[in-house]
Amino acid sequence: MPLNKDLKKVLVIGSGPIIIGQAAEFDYAGTQACRAIKEEGIRVILLNSNPATIMTDVDIADAVYMEPITIDSVVKIIDKEKPDGIIANLGGQIGLNMALALDKAGILEEKGVPVLGMPLDAIYRAEDREMFKDTMQEMNEPIPESAIVHSVQEAIDFANQIGYPLIVRPAYTLGGTGGGNCTDEEELHNIVNRGLKSSPIHQALIERSVAGYKEIEFEVMRDSNDNCITICSMENLDPVGIHTGDSIVAAPAQTLTDEEYQMLRSASIKIIRVLKIAGGCNIQFALDPFSKKYYVIEVNPRVSRSSALASKATGYPIARVTTKIAIGYTLDEIPNTVTGTTTACFEPAIDYVVLKVPRWPFDKFVLGDRKLGTQMKATGEVMAIDRSFEAAFLKSIRSLEIGLNGLLLPELQEASDEGLRTRLQYADDERIFIIAEAFTRGFTIDEIWDITQIDKYFLKKLKNIIDFALTLKDKTLDGETLTAAKKMGFSDSEIADLKDIREEDVRRLRREKGIIPTYKQVDTCAAEFDAQTPYFYSCYEQENEATHDPNVRKVLVIGSGPIRIGQGVEFDYCSVHAVWALRDAGIKAIIVNNNPETVSTDFDTSDRLYFEPLVFEDVMNILEEENPEGVIVQFGGQTAINLAGPLCRAGIKILGTSNESIDRAEDRERFDAMVADLGIPRPPGKSVYSVEDAVKAAEIIGYPVLVRPSYVLGGRAMEIVDNIDELKQYMQTAARVNKEHPVLVDKYLMGKEIEVDAVCDGQEVLIPGIMQHIERAGVHSGDSTAVFPAHDICQEIRDKVVDYTTRLALELDVRGLINIQFVEHENELYVLEVNPRSSRTIPFISKTTGIPMVKLATEIMFGKTLRDMGYQGGLYPEMGFYAVKVPVFSFNKLHQVDINLGPEMKSTGEVMGIDYSLQSAIYKGLLAAGVEIPEQGNIVATIAERDKPEAIPLLVEFARMGFKITATEGTAKALHEQGIEVETVKKIKEGSPNIVDLIREGRVDFIVNTLTHGKKPYSDGFQIRRAAVELNVPCLTSLDTLKVVMQGFQTGSRIGSENGQIRPLQEYLAGMIN
Amino acid sequence: MKGYLVLENGRVFPGRLLNDCRMAGGEVVFSTAMISYQDIITDPSYYGQIVVMTYPLVGNVGFNEKSFASRSAMVKGLILREATDFPSHYEMETDLITFLNKSEIPVLTEVDTRALTRELRNNGTMGGIITDNLSSMDRLIQKSKKEARDLSGDVVRFVTRKNIMSFGQGEKRIVMIDLGTKRGVVDSLTGRGCQLIVVPASTTASEIMELKPDGVFLSDGPGDPQALKYVVDACRTLLGKVPIFAIGLGHQILALSMGAKTSRLRYGHRGTNHPVKDLKNGRVYITTQNHGFAIDEESLADNGWEVTLRSLNDDSVEGIRHLEYPAFSVQFDPEGFSGYSETGFFLDDFVKML
Repeated sequence: MPLNKDLKKVLVIGSGPIIIGQAAEFDYAGTQACRAIKEEGIRVILLNSNPATIMTDVDIADAVYMEPITIDSVVKIIDKEKPDGIIANLGGQIGLNMALALDKAGILEEKGVPVLGMPLDAIYRAEDREMFKDTMQEMNEPIPESAIVHSVQEAIDFANQIGYPLIVRPAYTLGGTGGGNCTDEEELHNIVNRGLKSSPIHQALIERSVAGYKEIEFEVMRDSNDNCITICSMENLDPVGIHTGDSIVAAPAQTLTDEEYQMLRSASIKIIRVLKIAGGCNIQFALDPFSKKYYVIEVNPRVSRSSALASKATGYPIARVTTKIAIGYTLDEIPNTVTGTTTACFEPAIDYVVLKVPRWPFDKFVLGDRKLGTQMKATGEVMAIDRSFEAAFLKSIRSLEIGLNGLLLPELQEASDEGLRTRLQYADDERIFIIAEAFTRGFTIDEIWDITQIDKYFLKKLKNIIDFALTLKDKTLDGETLTAAKKMGFSDSEIADLKDIREEDVRRLRREKGIIPTYKQVDTCAAEFDAQTPYFYSCYEQENEATHDPNVRKVLVIGSGPIRIGQGVEFDYCSVHAVWALRDAGIKAIIVNNNPETVSTDFDTSDRLYFEPLVFEDVMNILEEENPEGVIVQFGGQTAINLAGPLCRAGIKILGTSNESIDRAEDRERFDAMVADLGIPRPPGKSVYSVEDAVKAAEIIGYPVLVRPSYVLGGRAMEIVDNIDELKQYMQTAARVNKEHPVLVDKYLMGKEIEVDAVCDGQEVLIPGIMQHIERAGVHSGDSTAVFPAHDICQEIRDKVVDYTTRLALELDVRGLINIQFVEHENELYVLEVNPRSSRTIPFISKTTGIPMVKLATEIMFGKTLRDMGYQGGLYPEMGFYAVKVPVFSFNKLHQVDINLGPEMKSTGEVMGIDYSLQSAIYKGLLAAGVEIPEQGNIVATIAERDKPEAIPLLVEFARMGFKITATEGTAKALHEQGIEVETVKKIKEGSPNIVDLIREGRVDFIVNTLTHGKKPYSDGFQIRRAAVELNVPCLTSLDTLKVVMQGFQTGSRIGSENGQIRPLQEYLAGMIN
Repeated sequence: MKGYLVLENGRVFPGRLLNDCRMAGGEVVFSTAMISYQDIITDPSYYGQIVVMTYPLVGNVGFNEKSFASRSAMVKGLILREATDFPSHYEMETDLITFLNKSEIPVLTEVDTRALTRELRNNGTMGGIITDNLSSMDRLIQKSKKEARDLSGDVVRFVTRKNIMSFGQGEKRIVMIDLGTKRGVVDSLTGRGCQLIVVPASTTASEIMELKPDGVFLSDGPGDPQALKYVVDACRTLLGKVPIFAIGLGHQILALSMGAKTSRLRYGHRGTNHPVKDLKNGRVYITTQNHGFAIDEESLADNGWEVTLRSLNDDSVEGIRHLEYPAFSVQFDPEGFSGYSETGFFLDDFVKML
């Protein structure tokens, strides 16, 4: 069937903010989808609240609605735009849930708008546990014995019937939120209780645990003519029991016989046929390692994290093809854009091994519960490709950027054998390194298999790596050994460590012997056809397939690697725009990155894509292969910036702002000297190298002080300390974090935090606008709600921001982007931080001003001036609307993590609210971020003593708005004095029923909790906050946030109301030009 | 020990000889199948060939006899990127190296199999020699040319059965002309409730008719169909007298029996991912294929055939049906090894014709 000609306009539902379980893969998918529709001449209407994405660029969709993804928004959009259909299977679980919500509310029928591609029935049958079970039983596909429960008692009754172990899976949740394994009644009780709360329909599935079975996934595709193909099989190294998002995954499956493969492939195809799925679908199986018995665990009728992986692993554009199917095409009518000659109706053959390894946030959340189970905890992932399993594995470890060049984790050397065994039993994020350590101690494959159930095939591969490393220590580094090491995937740096020499010596030796990598193409067909894809990976083989045209100008852009807290999809946005700017300028753009979820790793984004680790060796190898005129480091976050120094020293030209300037901004002493010369105030501070020095410095500066290690990433290990005891405690922990660099002790200035992004051509500095943070300084900028343009600063400060920014950028001789953070403290402006690179807010600022910041920065690197491009220096005029960036957290996925805000970044993503009124913009932003504070209800407040003067008037206001207030004694008393009726609740130590009981009983709609400084886990406040997260009750820890919430709720227009307005980004920007 | 593959065009691919077999020659072909190495090594259609596996990790689940396509190894040599040193599977009976050693088939590993595949794709299938000694290149090149030539004759005689065997029970009796069939094909017919009598390739039409078949099945097998004049003749005589279904090599023979022509594909179709379009309803099937020859489409036109299936990759003829006689064929194996296949209905159709 060809293109459906009735479609003139299509609404695409995006996936909203990045949270654990729903990361950048939906930017890749959504972007491919929008482009696949647009190129057919169909108008694309997009709803997505995430500003950090390529998808929400005004040239990706014809109308970009950056509004909360709610029924109200969709209804308004349908009324306004009158689309001919909705595409919901590319926006992750959010998209599917929205399709179902619209259907249940009768809106699809009422408005006569169909969901395209995926039939609603298929979504219901795959998503609703009961219907899923019935469907599988009807078609004789085995699923583990299970029961749907709506109460803890039902769960216990079922457990009494079939016994333990059991798995709890709440319905309609992301990444398995709220689920878990249980082996006895107590665990069952706790997990079911939590699971029911996190399920929007208060329903959970209790099923027999098949932990230890092989976990196999198939990506399958079906079209309206019933043609079915499997794109890729994948095998989780970690057997069933650990969420696939937290598992190391190999593609294709490695340990199946042909019979088993065909058995599962057949089951997959049968399932998508029965469900009548149109488009891509992911099916997960559990396979008994000792028989042909298998179970269907999950069917995801949409593109997913796994489909992004399958897509990058094979080169098959799953999202694009899914979209083409949704708008009418059949598989055989869609060309295979990779080969250019064949069609999309085939099954990719691959001739390499692919590994995906998750990236966990426990470097940020050191107190978080690191155990892995059915609830996903990783924020991102890396993928590596090579010709051997070992080499792909080692590449993926390098790609993680966790400071390791191999499998040996030094801390583990101190653990006892018993300690290793225990940790293997309860799998955690370091499992693979524990296995490696165990092998170095002579543990056998059987022993480790016995504990972990990881297939012996994989264990042997890990053992091969360790064995090789151990023997390498005693070998001479001759050509043969070195070649073997490189084929096995060892990095120069690990070889150097093992031989106790320097990395550069290994590199020199290797190059002298001509041991350099070859590059092979990813082509979907194992070289059977001549392919056009410029998609490469390195290996040490005979033939190099990368060919070069010496007459073409080319530049390498360094990407940003895995999504982690502090370095999210926004840097991929910047990398992609840099690539596009280069291509527009007629320069061949080469990108290197290793994140399978992203737009930058789509094979048609750049002129050439290298899927490689972002460490010196691998990047340098590419540079030597390609010999480009320079490398761009300012868009790939800290990952790319960290490479500037080593690459510069290796003689590579850093385009744009020089390495010298980067160092001047990052090196504390040089930075201090510079701002002093410029006469720009900064909070007094000092670099210290010992505890004694820190104490002395703090006394001189005066408490509170902000302490942090130099060279920071996302506010890591940064803290505000109030007194000498806290300082000493901090110094002990932070010194362990980083011994090479000093710790900075700065005066903490409380005040308004102001942030700017600017672009500089060496002569002029363009400032698109000034952002003001809602939360006072001290809360990490990534966790702050930012208002653009600044709503509450005076002209004098405004002028100073412009003046300081201009002078700093010119002094640093910035060629490209610069980000500066200021604090306004007692009517004086202080500079806090200068980053001569792209920042997290570049996509936000680019979208809200229409100024293509990355494009301007890129062109400047090649000698253009701002004036050449129609811009000039200074502050860009304001445009009469407000955009508010609101952070989004994933605390419900991470146990034992405190949700209070501070100088360490904790958010995983962000959303934007936009409107002509500030209050409406804030309201929309909060709603989009999932802060669903009811119009009426019960507020529980526990306010620290020193916050009371500020907090009480706000609470009084809420009480006047009709909220019922409950508070602990001190707060209650203070409110009572204001004539407010308050219910008093016990603190935890005062016995039951106390404040946490109240929350657990579901009697609280909204919590305000401010805290004393200092980290005291398991304090009252901590327990209150965790209870809030686990029971999905909004909890605010910042009074600044509370204030805007109040304003937003008082005067912000509700989207669903008469005067609630939604407008596409294009309309706001057009208004600005007029 | 160090080993090499020498191609007839003089190109040499170095590697490591894994087992005790030092030399073997054959036609060098590549297969893109990622998992079914046990099937390929024991499939008679690969007789005389040195097979390059494009997937780099081979042997992961070892070997077990129930996964064999026939009783023994059929390939002349195997060229791999990596032969698994530690296979892992509960059904494993032996490992790849041991099995091939016992079968006296050399395995050359650590080869840049992707470079080799590209060579074959660009320059076509050719003869080659696996050797541990490069000292006389001229002789090796001559020898590899000869290997390729030798395979252009009748190779079915090496793989067809020597006796007549009966399999299964049923009301309908099918006679299968064994051109080098696989165990799975036999099972798929008996599994459909038919009695199957398998006869040697040299069996004449009249000998076949004496067995009173309800239908005749021409199996798959190796090599050039034009070298099998005796089978083509038998087929021509049977056509119209009894329903015929043919697969693989048999499909080419069926076409030849009514005046069509076949020719060599540059590098063949070998893999488990070949899309074939059903011209009747537009449906596309993913099929397993292993053939180096194909029917010339123009030669079909005046000989009473209609094309029913076509390769989506290169438009080559994948299925034909005679307009007058009850005879049809497909180029691929309609029944996958493990029993399921969306093209199994071709076998159902055949059984219905009987």
